[in-house]
Amino acid sequence: MKDNVLNSLNAGLRSILESAPEAFIMGEDILDPYGGAFKVVAGLSTDFPDRVIPTPISEAGFIGLATGAAMRGMRPVVEIMFGDFLMLAADQLLNHATKYPWMYNDKVRVPLVIRAAMGARRGYGPTHSQSIEKHFFGMPGLVVVAPSPFHDPGALLKSACVEDHRPVLFVENKLMYARRLQRPDADGLVAGMNVRSSGGRYPTVSLSFDDFAEADVTLVAYGGMAEIAVEAATTLMMEQEISAEVLLPSSLNPLDLEPLVDAVKRSGRLVVAEESTQTAGFGSEVISSVLPAAFDRLKAAPVRVSSKNLPIANTVTLESEILPQVADIVSAVRRIL
Amino acid sequence: MSDPRQRFENATGTIPERLYEQMALIRRFEVRLLELFEEGVLFGTTHCCIGQEADCAGVISHLGADDVIFSNHRCHGHFLSYTDDPRSLMAELMGRLGGVCGGRGGSQHICYDNMYTNGIQGGIVPNAVGMALAEKMKGSGAIATVFIGDGTLGQGVVYEAMNMASLWSLPILIVCENNEWAQSTPTRLELAGKITARAAAMGLNTSEITSTDGVEMYEHFAPIVESVRRESRPHFALINTYRLCHHSKSDDKRPRDEVEARRVDDPIPKLRARLDESTAARIEEIAAERVEDAIKWSREQPFPELGRHLDALDLVDARGVGGDSGQVQS
Repeated sequence: MKDNVLNSLNAGLRSILESAPEAFIMGEDILDPYGGAFKVVAGLSTDFPDRVIPTPISEAGFIGLATGAAMRGMRPVVEIMFGDFLMLAADQLLNHATKYPWMYNDKVRVPLVIRAAMGARRGYGPTHSQSIEKHFFGMPGLVVVAPSPFHDPGALLKSACVEDHRPVLFVENKLMYARRLQRPDADGLVAGMNVRSSGGRYPTVSLSFDDFAEADVTLVAYGGMAEIAVEAATTLMMEQEISAEVLLPSSLNPLDLEPLVDAVKRSGRLVVAEESTQTAGFGSEVISSVLPAAFDRLKAAPVRVSSKNLPIANTVTLESEILPQVADIVSAVRRIL
Repeated sequence: MSDPRQRFENATGTIPERLYEQMALIRRFEVRLLELFEEGVLFGTTHCCIGQEADCAGVISHLGADDVIFSNHRCHGHFLSYTDDPRSLMAELMGRLGGVCGGRGGSQHICYDNMYTNGIQGGIVPNAVGMALAEKMKGSGAIATVFIGDGTLGQGVVYEAMNMASLWSLPILIVCENNEWAQSTPTRLELAGKITARAAAMGLNTSEITSTDGVEMYEHFAPIVESVRRESRPHFALINTYRLCHHSKSDDKRPRDEVEARRVDDPIPKLRARLDESTAARIEEIAAERVEDAIKWSREQPFPELGRHLDALDLVDARGVGGDSGQVQS
């Protein structure tokens, strides 16, 4: 079995079903032999026939059901085939799942995980390619987690399901499924860089060319932009010996500010890359959160790299132009050096 | 744990007297609530069920300790039938720490034992169906009951939830209280076709009763609750009733002659006529005393403060157990 993100997630789900009797999986087209649109749940309905529940095309309805079941002691893991469809269930997340614990004076918990396949670069066009998690990570009471190949996606998913008692939106960039996990080589390096993790349930992974002492710039990215940011860091080093330290949070909400602030204090420059559009997005949030703690160390104004403010086109030329690329990050860094 | 069925069975007196105890309490509670609003001691708005009290007592008296109940914005009557605890509801409506949700939820957002309410129309139906799914998976034998109104039938998610309830044969009772008005809009302007046909089309069992009589309601729902439990099948129960009060506070612009003509169906005098005068008067007196006690007690409760709970992601329970691994109630 390939050591890739897809198999890591599949193994994580299997481990959840094996270890947590109250866990079950719901979603569209998740039964074998189809095994889900991206095959993340492949094989599970065969081995756990009563705990893999295929649903009608009713995102609001089955997220609502999962919420109710979670309030009564179950641990549902819901698959949203394309993250774009999550908006159909926005009311369930905003006015139900995330409201109940607090408004009921902490009498209930909603241990619900919603896995959503987000992201573009596969030619799926305007309504099947978006990264809409930014519309959800400002929602009080909702944890938003986004693994990357630099994390252990299956372990993150299992933590979200069996350890976290809060509703979790688990963002899976769909281009990432086929990517190999980025594990340290014999020298302990990942992509030729030193690596460290902040630890905890949803760690921030950091990559550095010089063992986290100095850097010219701090690059922050998550999910599907993680490998692109690392590639940009490599390009900057190879072509101009610009040292970029890359920080890859796996939790978008809550955001662990400490490693970000620490890195920006050392570099004095911050570039945040995200696949979504720019306004009110991850970059805006990171920059406005980090700045108060690192303002006096800044050498340049922070920069956001993102998609153009357009729907994502179907054809490859337009899609590439609309989405943030390695070159966009490289040129953003050059602009502030 | 609240056990309305056990409480009803343990109560002394005839069936009409036991029902009247609940319904008179609900009526008295809400009449006083409206007065308290004028006094300015309540927050926001409130949705009374004056005229619909028979539904509360007639349905909920059949539900046991393990059963789950989900109600909506118009939930005071359901709450009192379920909990028999006017103090914690009154304190909640006054926004006090002693309230059922410590003042966080208010009139429409309540959780007490196995009862939940939410003020969003429609979304509670899949939540309740999911609770029925959980109880079925756990093998608890419990059923879930969800109360909706005719206006809620405009929400698509209701039908998504009914479809899954039927597909998966879940023990859910959907009680639709058709009071002929969705806020200020009459049913004829917002609802096409036959209500029960919508549920029947998805394979739910259905029933319909047109009544404001507590005893009729109680007798009507006995076999319905029993069949949902026995067969583990969803049931859609339509109650044709009438709201004698405003939608929320003083917003009633309905034709006065229409409302006045329906006062003959007022469930309180209707049920009272089945009781002897002295028994009815004694029940009303006790109800009044309990409501006054709840008001007095609630006025003495302090207002809540946020304290250290500054982010909904921090799960800090009432016992002060903090962190995001905070454990659940019950």
